[in-house]
Amino acid sequence: MRAASFGEGAEGFAPAERRARVSRSARPSLSYWADAWIRLRRNRQALLSLAIVIGLFLFATVGPLLWRVDPAEPDLSRISEPPGRGRRATVLPDPPPMEDILAKGVEPHPDGVDGATLPAPSLLTIVGQPTTLSVRLRWSPVRGAAGYRVYRSPEPPGGGYLGLPVGEVKSGNTVSFEDTFALRPRPYYYSVVATNVSDSLRASTLEATPLSAVTLDAARLVRPDAALGQVITFPVRPFGTDGLGRDLLARMMAGAQVTLLTIGFVAPLLSILVGVLIGGVAGYYGGRLDQWLMRFTDFVLSLPFILFLILVRVALGSGPGRSDVTALLVGLVALSWTGEARLVRGQILQLRETEFVEAARLLGAGPARLLARHLLPNTLGVVLVAFTFAVPVSIFTEAFLSFVGMGVSPPRASWGSMCLDGFGTLLTSPHEFVIPALFISVSVLAFNLLGDGLRDALDPRLRSR
Amino acid sequence: MVRYTLKRLATGLVTVYFIATATFVAMHAVPGDPLAGAKARTAEIQRNLRRRYGLDRPVLVQYGVFLENAVRGDFGISFTQPNRSVNDIIRHHFPVSAELGLLSLLFATAGGILFGAVTARAHGRLADRTVLFLVILGISVPSFAFAGLGQYLMVDLNRAVGFEVLPVAGWGSFRHMLMPALVLGLGTMAFFTRLMRSSLLEVVHQDYIRTARAKGLPWARIFLAHELRNAILPMLSYLGPAIAAITTGGFVVETVFAIPGLGRYFVQAFQQLDYTVIMGLTVFYGSFLVLMVIATDVVYALVDPRISLIGERS
Repeated sequence: MRAASFGEGAEGFAPAERRARVSRSARPSLSYWADAWIRLRRNRQALLSLAIVIGLFLFATVGPLLWRVDPAEPDLSRISEPPGRGRRATVLPDPPPMEDILAKGVEPHPDGVDGATLPAPSLLTIVGQPTTLSVRLRWSPVRGAAGYRVYRSPEPPGGGYLGLPVGEVKSGNTVSFEDTFALRPRPYYYSVVATNVSDSLRASTLEATPLSAVTLDAARLVRPDAALGQVITFPVRPFGTDGLGRDLLARMMAGAQVTLLTIGFVAPLLSILVGVLIGGVAGYYGGRLDQWLMRFTDFVLSLPFILFLILVRVALGSGPGRSDVTALLVGLVALSWTGEARLVRGQILQLRETEFVEAARLLGAGPARLLARHLLPNTLGVVLVAFTFAVPVSIFTEAFLSFVGMGVSPPRASWGSMCLDGFGTLLTSPHEFVIPALFISVSVLAFNLLGDGLRDALDPRLRSR
Repeated sequence: MVRYTLKRLATGLVTVYFIATATFVAMHAVPGDPLAGAKARTAEIQRNLRRRYGLDRPVLVQYGVFLENAVRGDFGISFTQPNRSVNDIIRHHFPVSAELGLLSLLFATAGGILFGAVTARAHGRLADRTVLFLVILGISVPSFAFAGLGQYLMVDLNRAVGFEVLPVAGWGSFRHMLMPALVLGLGTMAFFTRLMRSSLLEVVHQDYIRTARAKGLPWARIFLAHELRNAILPMLSYLGPAIAAITTGGFVVETVFAIPGLGRYFVQAFQQLDYTVIMGLTVFYGSFLVLMVIATDVVYALVDPRISLIGERS
């Protein structure tokens, strides 16, 4: 309407002065994401989780660049070393082969004495200097013994438990034993019992702390100029080493690339892409296409998850001993897009009826542009929350499958397979199991809490109690 | 009701058929001759297997034979254990898994209700926050870590006390079951606690609770007869997924605690590439899980009067 229609110079009416801005908002307008970020920042738990998540990603990506130790390099002189500073060891010559110390006159009674009542071997002593290369024991013969059994325990024996059986002597006249099995510079309790058919109940026990020692050959691998008698320091192993002497920190980083990046991050990302595509198309076009797609989604959803992951792995030709990460990735993506598809479809169904979509359609936007430019971006918040919750599920699945030997199998390091490796030595060197298990738990925890925080920040209607 | 159940069973049957087919395809996609392995060299086993499966016949015929046998409930003979049929393995070892699973489900449900009630009553206070923290822990720590921890604790405890409080591993008596069942149920217990807490908090604000209070009903009666009874319902609908979680969780716990259950056999069969056992157990597990989900849905619909069955109307 033009002012002129009121008539020229009409009384009481004058053209209004055009003001630049009629209303002004008191505060700068916030985008959806800026608003969410402000809300997330108030949530201390979520912020801490975000920091942990970022730290874990740096661990997997930047870590290997900073910590340049080969995760696959075994070092048999440093087996199952606990975390800490580099081990110091004296360079010693290879211990000469031990000759059995023989006694005379011990004859097992032919009818077999009751082994349980045999006396304990007396005079149990250490021969020479006990080192981590070799600990040699001798004792006096026991009448009636047909042999002896040697036990080793890292703690004082008690309650009938003598420790790990490290050796057996099959003659009552052989009264010595050499222990060379995975020794560490720490106190050990050696117990010797006489046997005749069964173990005697009486044991002699002795404490020995082996000297940290290394053979010249092994020392030269670390320091080419090492000489006998010298004390050398091995390179630092902050997380210790595993059962083959491989650096656990380097292995954790290599494992993080499999567990955290490939399985934990890429798999949910791909399955979300599939889910958004299927859900988006189903929600936008509706009708019969929607019906068929959703029926298919429900069907995939009803398949037993773990069983099918295992099947996919078998089908892709990765039996035991082959560490096929790809098979796991394919299985995860093929089975876990369903939740996202349903979620996105629901959102699209709602958004389809909104005014701004209507406006865009009136302006001539085609289906591709509507989906890509208007519909899908508006589901991003919900999808991001779903993604954050999908990551811990993936990590858990990998860990679970690898632990029962159906996921990533050793040579290839993953956190789950490292847990499996370390589980066998849980009692003697717990760090090999505890460290990967701890990393799994912390990352799952962080992603879960971050997901809670994101949900609260992005969609206040879904606020968790 | 009957129509709904039948409809669900029919779709379940389709799912099971698909599981069987997928298993067959997966097994035949494996490169190489399944009998070429060193483990099946015995001429006796080879002859038996060839006759039973017609491995020299075309794949489609083999598929037909497999389906026919599966429908009759015959999954064939193990590749690695001479003269042992898959049915035999299921018959002997499934009861063990079922016993373990039931006990852990009992632990999970009882613990979930108890802790959920505690947190809801102490909403926002220290007890609430402590239990919530433990719940988050229970959801974030993998089951094998709990298994390892449980075993480690038992070793230490038994040594400290001087006699065997609970066995560290093995199977045979009720005492053997306690630790593994607890470990197996922990994750589900944490989940149930959270579920119970939120549904209790919702129920507490309902009008009928206010009415009950206004009538002057004693606290215990309001809690047990009105709050708890209504809050338990949502838990029922998660029983299906919980059973699935406990069944597959059994793979780990049975392996760690050396329990002769079906899960351990499945893991072993996979490691030894025992094709028939993998196929048979996958179909068995798949059918079991599908059936459990249907059963819980039907029970839920039966119990909750507010649910009207979709199949009933249309």
